[in-house]
Amino acid sequence: MKHLSVNHLLGIKYLNKDDINLIFHLANSFKEVLNRPIKKVPTLRDLTVANLFFESSTRTRISFELAQKRLGADVVNFSAGTSSLSKGESLIDTANNILAMKVDVIVLRHSNPGAAEFLSNHVKSVIVNAGDGSHEHPTQALLDAFSIREKLGSIKNKKVLIIGDVKHSRVALSNIFCLQKLGAKVRVCGPSTLIPKYLNKLDVEVSHNLKESLEWCDVANILRIQLERQKNNFFPSNREYAMLFGVNQELLSSLSQDILLLHPGPINRGVEVTSDVVDSHNSIVLNQVENGVAIRMAILYLLAAKIKR
Amino acid sequence: MRHDKKFQYNMSDRKIILNVDQLKLTITRLSSEIIENHIELIDKCAIIGMQPRGVQLSQQIHTMLEYETGYSVKYGLLDSTFFRDDFRRREDVIIPNKTNIEFSLEGLNVILIDDVLFTGRSVRSSLDALVSFGRPNSVELLVLIDRRFSRELPIQPKYIGKSIDVIENEHVVVNLDGNNSSVILLNEKS
Repeated sequence: MKHLSVNHLLGIKYLNKDDINLIFHLANSFKEVLNRPIKKVPTLRDLTVANLFFESSTRTRISFELAQKRLGADVVNFSAGTSSLSKGESLIDTANNILAMKVDVIVLRHSNPGAAEFLSNHVKSVIVNAGDGSHEHPTQALLDAFSIREKLGSIKNKKVLIIGDVKHSRVALSNIFCLQKLGAKVRVCGPSTLIPKYLNKLDVEVSHNLKESLEWCDVANILRIQLERQKNNFFPSNREYAMLFGVNQELLSSLSQDILLLHPGPINRGVEVTSDVVDSHNSIVLNQVENGVAIRMAILYLLAAKIKR
Repeated sequence: MRHDKKFQYNMSDRKIILNVDQLKLTITRLSSEIIENHIELIDKCAIIGMQPRGVQLSQQIHTMLEYETGYSVKYGLLDSTFFRDDFRRREDVIIPNKTNIEFSLEGLNVILIDDVLFTGRSVRSSLDALVSFGRPNSVELLVLIDRRFSRELPIQPKYIGKSIDVIENEHVVVNLDGNNSSVILLNEKS
């Protein structure tokens, strides 16, 4: 075992299967650390991490911050609302100013696809993509796959269904890359207005029939309807969406086998999924959140190991 | 699995330090010493094997302790990778082994077990890692082989199988597999 094949985590696209398995191996160890009475290790105590969040986030930001603190790193947080960004400073200038204060790793969330890659080409720091527009959200995909593997033993040959707003979802694209690299079969299901045309190039099946797709799959990942991005009327109403593509208990009870349900959060209860389903034994939503910290610790550990002293 | 460098050994230049029979005697003696010191509070004892190479020895000693005393003795495995002092100083990333301690160490007398004591750095990191599981009443160190005069930290075992003097390019190899058990000294090819 050597190192990750990459120096930054920009997207799952750039990782290979060995990288993903190495991340999972470390995540297992960190999960054990997180269950100790003292959940902290000193491994990154000589490193400083900046969380640059140009887009709002609760789960991902807290998860990254906890991962950094439990690895002993120093952490600085930045969010767009309270920064000089509103005074017109560019992304590179903001990042370089923060780096001038001796920061080793930048965790970036940005609304522009490719923002993390752009930054990695222009500043001298390790970059971790925490979501770039509708492009990739690699840590989410890794924690999703890790959670599935934990429940089902393996990802290989498993049938995974991604339901909903694939067009606007960075989670969907990263999940497709990650699951396929681990040998899963991936299908997406949603209204045709929310399924991007490029999917046929990614060897992904497309369906518009939710019941038939749920019957096909072992695991369903229910995406959030991004209400803030629905100004173009991709579907007539939330109520109609819920009727055609919402997952409810009646639908699950009609299936011939039990399936595993994931959701990246935040959940619109009653729209893409009903409350009783979220809280049922099929749902591993809270396992995903717990595993998120371990996955992020694993990534920070493996990337930091490559930083020259 | 992790910090094993691929050494080339000069196989003709090997010396047996302990053969099967001697090893058996040594492990029995080490177990007896633990019993002698802890018999009155054996339920307050915890045997902790250090990953990766202290595992087999700790299992054998733990089995012997339970057999000889008739009591159940707490047992766990500890990996101290995240507490090591050489992170970012090695060519390869350090991959951890499994830690499995399913009880609190608060107030227990811990006996930490490894096969060979060399620089003392692994023991140092293990002592730090142990505290994550509670504050032990005491920690004692047991090693099968003590490589004298090679310590880089002030660490001294309480229970020693055998002390040996080894020069830098010699390697101690411990094998605890049944009838093939032995401790041998190998000379690295220059």
